[in-house]
Amino acid sequence: MFDGITPQLLFGQLLIGVINGSFYAMLAMGLAIIFGLMHVVNFAHGAQYMLGAFVAWLLLSTFGVPYWGALILAPLVVAIFGIAMERLILKPIANLDHLYSLLVTYAATLVIEGLIRQQYGSTGLPYSSPLPGGVNLGFMFMPWYRLWVVVFSVVTCLATWLLIEHTKLGAYLRAANESPEVVESFGINVPRMMTLTYGFGVGLAGLSGVLAAPIYQVSPSMGSSLMITIFAVVVIGGMGSIAGAILTGYTLGIVEGLTKVFYPEAANLVIFFIMLLALIFRPSGLFSGTEKS
Amino acid sequence: MRWALILIAAVVALALPFFVYPVLLMSILCFVVFATSFNLLLGYVGLLCFGQAMFLGLSAYVTGYVLKTTGVSLELGILAGALVSAVLGAFVGFVAVRRSGIQFAMITFAFAQFVYFALLRAEFTGGENGMQGIPRSKLFGVIDASDSFSFYYVILAITVLAILFCYRVIHSPFGEILRAIRDKEDRVESLGFRPERFKIMAMTISAFVAGLAGGMKATVFQFATLTDVSWTVSGEVILMTLLGGLGTLSGPMVGAAIVIAMNDELAKFGEWALIAQGVILILVILFFRRGVVGEAGALIRRLRERKAD
Repeated sequence: MFDGITPQLLFGQLLIGVINGSFYAMLAMGLAIIFGLMHVVNFAHGAQYMLGAFVAWLLLSTFGVPYWGALILAPLVVAIFGIAMERLILKPIANLDHLYSLLVTYAATLVIEGLIRQQYGSTGLPYSSPLPGGVNLGFMFMPWYRLWVVVFSVVTCLATWLLIEHTKLGAYLRAANESPEVVESFGINVPRMMTLTYGFGVGLAGLSGVLAAPIYQVSPSMGSSLMITIFAVVVIGGMGSIAGAILTGYTLGIVEGLTKVFYPEAANLVIFFIMLLALIFRPSGLFSGTEKS
Repeated sequence: MRWALILIAAVVALALPFFVYPVLLMSILCFVVFATSFNLLLGYVGLLCFGQAMFLGLSAYVTGYVLKTTGVSLELGILAGALVSAVLGAFVGFVAVRRSGIQFAMITFAFAQFVYFALLRAEFTGGENGMQGIPRSKLFGVIDASDSFSFYYVILAITVLAILFCYRVIHSPFGEILRAIRDKEDRVESLGFRPERFKIMAMTISAFVAGLAGGMKATVFQFATLTDVSWTVSGEVILMTLLGGLGTLSGPMVGAAIVIAMNDELAKFGEWALIAQGVILILVILFFRRGVVGEAGALIRRLRERKAD
């Protein structure tokens, strides 16, 4: 079965795996941050990622703002949108069962995707690569843009992880997760911190969307099809663990890529099977020390 | 009072096909059963199954396949679909109860997507094209009720049986334990029960009932498609249940009727049907968590209290 596997095929799929893994990691990380502080499973994460790509596309096609401008502007727009969402639909139900926040973000996804599809149709819109060309590494061809995505996502993930695990701000965040009353008594505005955290997580989704625009086509359903995988990644990694989300994201992207080489039929399902195995043999998650239900 | 209401409902249900297009009515009944199966989990055990469509869709295909390829009677075909769904439900339950609350929802969501892929790839389903030409076989092998008007009464009978079955489950000692798990899981555990087992059983029963709905749907429309397994349908059933009233027997029925009628009206406006569903779900969650039936009940109680004063 290993006949006919050329280095080009192997490394090509490996690269695709790393690229997909970059998106899994960034999105799962945002989901983990939001869940960690607010106990909200943000179903709209995929839709917000799609919004990031759409805003980038709109900025380019309507206002002529190039990719590099969109990389800063679009996440801001999406983050502000997220903050409005938090204020309007998440805050009023913050004290209810967490299932309601999952459902309300699901409902928001229906509205966001529906409106975009109504306005722009469901076919993918092209977004040309800001870094055309690439370099021949001998065993494979490496497009510049893909290299940029991998480097940028690794740096973003590392920076975010450092921010939350090793700064004072991050310490407040983690403390507010453990016991909001105590943090509040130190004079910290916990509700505002939650709003900003949600905005930050959503902004990360928007940023991933901009990164994705030149690779995948910009389409209304680009986010929801990804959400299934992201949910599996988060379940495997253990909810609320940021490092776990990042590592699981990259690993699963690579595993999926390799499966495409050795057993293409299973590529769509391999992440699901890993989730099953993880649930059966490590019910509390691979990286979760302090699992909270 | 209660019996009077049931009597009125019975008369209306029997008379409706003389006034309304029977296929629309049958479609509502399928979703009444489907929403009831979902409510069994969320309303009475507190488990959010975010992939209930997998049971509906799988059973629709199995029922269709059995009726097309063998000569068995209608009720056996539907029963076969429901049983296969129940097996899937037991397996999903076995895996998913390992995580509680919100993660249960995420796992069932991922499961449903897996079933979607599997059915897309499986040969017997017809892939993207779906399965067509599912026969409305004879009931018990003798009664021919294949025209839509008389078939409505067959579907109505199955619906009534399914609802009665759910009623029995909810109002049994087993149902008591399910509700206790919903309210105070650790206390149930300390009484010596094992909540996981009860949850798996509840999943199996719910999947069976959802499977009945799938079999009904396959024979009503005489085709089965991937739409029945999609997450939009899993979401629709959530909307029906919450809109009607969570944890009440009549809530999901009312919700299913409203949502199906609304979809029917909005079908010509394309995307607006889904957008409307999203907006209504947001409004229900923010302002009317008791749903139509719950709010109506509260209103009646308030009026009575005022009268008593």
